[in-house]
Amino acid sequence: MTAAVTAQAVPEPTTRRRRRKSRAYPIFRVVVLTTTVLLFIAPLMWMLVASFKTNVDIYDSSKTFVFTPTMDNYSNVLGRNNYFDFIFNSFWVALWSTVFSLILGVPAAYAMSRFSMNRSAMVVLMARIIPGVSLLVPWYFIFANMRLVGGFAVLILSHMFVALPLIVYIMMSFFDSLPTELEDAAQVDGLTPIGAFLRISLPLSVPGLATAGILSFIFSWNNFMFALVLAGASTKTLPVAIFNFVSYASIDWGGLMAASVVVTVPIMVIALFTQKYIVAGLTAGATKG
Amino acid sequence: MIGTVTTRPTAWSTYSAWANRHRKWFFAAPAMIFVGLLIVVPLAWTVYLSLTDSQGSVRAESKFVGIANYLQVLGDTERFWPAVLRTFTFTGGAVATEMVLGMGIALLLWRPFKGEKWVRVAILLPLVATPVAVGMMWRLIFDPNIGFANQLLSWFGIPAQPWLSGQTTALPTLIFVDVWQWTPMVVLILLAGLTSLSEEPDEAARVDGANAWQRFRYVTLPLLRSTVVVAIVLRGIDALKTFDILYSTKGKGGGSFHEVETLNVYAFGLSFDYNDYGISSTVLILFFLLIIVLMWMVTHRRKGDES
Repeated sequence: MTAAVTAQAVPEPTTRRRRRKSRAYPIFRVVVLTTTVLLFIAPLMWMLVASFKTNVDIYDSSKTFVFTPTMDNYSNVLGRNNYFDFIFNSFWVALWSTVFSLILGVPAAYAMSRFSMNRSAMVVLMARIIPGVSLLVPWYFIFANMRLVGGFAVLILSHMFVALPLIVYIMMSFFDSLPTELEDAAQVDGLTPIGAFLRISLPLSVPGLATAGILSFIFSWNNFMFALVLAGASTKTLPVAIFNFVSYASIDWGGLMAASVVVTVPIMVIALFTQKYIVAGLTAGATKG
Repeated sequence: MIGTVTTRPTAWSTYSAWANRHRKWFFAAPAMIFVGLLIVVPLAWTVYLSLTDSQGSVRAESKFVGIANYLQVLGDTERFWPAVLRTFTFTGGAVATEMVLGMGIALLLWRPFKGEKWVRVAILLPLVATPVAVGMMWRLIFDPNIGFANQLLSWFGIPAQPWLSGQTTALPTLIFVDVWQWTPMVVLILLAGLTSLSEEPDEAARVDGANAWQRFRYVTLPLLRSTVVVAIVLRGIDALKTFDILYSTKGKGGGSFHEVETLNVYAFGLSFDYNDYGISSTVLILFFLLIIVLMWMVTHRRKGDES
């Protein structure tokens, strides 16, 4: 399932195959890959640079690269616009939607993997296919009747709708690759099947759980559409707050870029430290065929 | 069980035994019920709404109108069919470009080399970036007056382009943004597939004198087919449903001329800007069917080829 697992299984490429290659290929490869990296990174750098410019400097093409950095955009955004509230909201919703989805999704994935419940899995994975808009109207109506719209509960529920299928998908392919021998041995030694799951399989699944949890957190943090409709003034998440930035007549570009940096940087820092898990999760099931 | 001490079954042990006996559903049911309540019920409701003239407020009285909405939507050449076309253009353009570029980059990253780690980190960053922030970022870069894109063009003597604000250039520009953000995803999936391939077929073809292109075309690509299909399906589903970057760069209705209004943006606007729930639900049902048919075609073709 994971890149880490497959990497171990495949032996290092032999030096034999390198021998016949021309000198041109390594140079070509370095040049193309360097260009690729630059193309992926440059726009992000541009956003970062612009967030340290005054709006006057952003409009001045002679100050594209040379300018006096300012922190005003950040102090404006973080100071005046309740941004710390939005950061907290995003974090809170992402945290609890991930936790609840793991509690619901992991045992389900386990059962679906061990009992080959493919049809049930299909039902859960349907959620990945359905356009979110088609759920929003009924949700809005139901939750408005329950007086939940604008509260955290409805945001957490709606984000779980994204997180749960993701977690089931990742954990199913994880449990598929987890051998059953240890569980069987534990049951012979007197554990109940559920006990074997809780005490044997679950501790062995920590890498899978980390993968599923991190990805689910990121997807919830980045989610825009559900919060756009369902969030209230006090539960607004960061993406919605950024979107509202541009509803005014003239755009405060410096502030907008600072706000965009504030939403992307935490997630990128998480990504840098958990790269292995993110890659494993995004490619889960891709090589099963 | 002679010789063992039989304890009186407590409520807990009875429950535990029951849970263990039915562990399949004990484990799966909560998630299934959750998904059922959150998806099946709303979906059924959407089907119902698509058959009514519900408008203004969902609580308002609405009449059952049968398939009138479907006839109206399918006959709508002003908003619906152009939106279908844009959805196809956006998805087709983005996914095709991502597959080609993704395959190229994955092949370059295939064999280990120094600095591989840095390349992997770099391609992960666009992937995890918040789409709304990505939209805003490109909005600044592609701004016709102050954006860096036109500044870059001017250095090469190319006239300024309207990019996102142009009626014909907006959609291609957004395809570019999607390609920037999601090519890394394709790279990661294909790379996982490539790493799991065994060396022998490639080695054998090499011994037989096949050149690099022939080995790729006739050995690697056929072996990688299932991974390629997975990448197309995963990217295809997400590209069809793209909302964040379209809405954050062009706003309501996909711009003043609806130039980037895909089905998802159209349905969102009908629901939440115009509160036209009947028509909106009809568009959504048709959209949902379209996704299912497309995905069925992609995966079914694979099975047909294999047998």
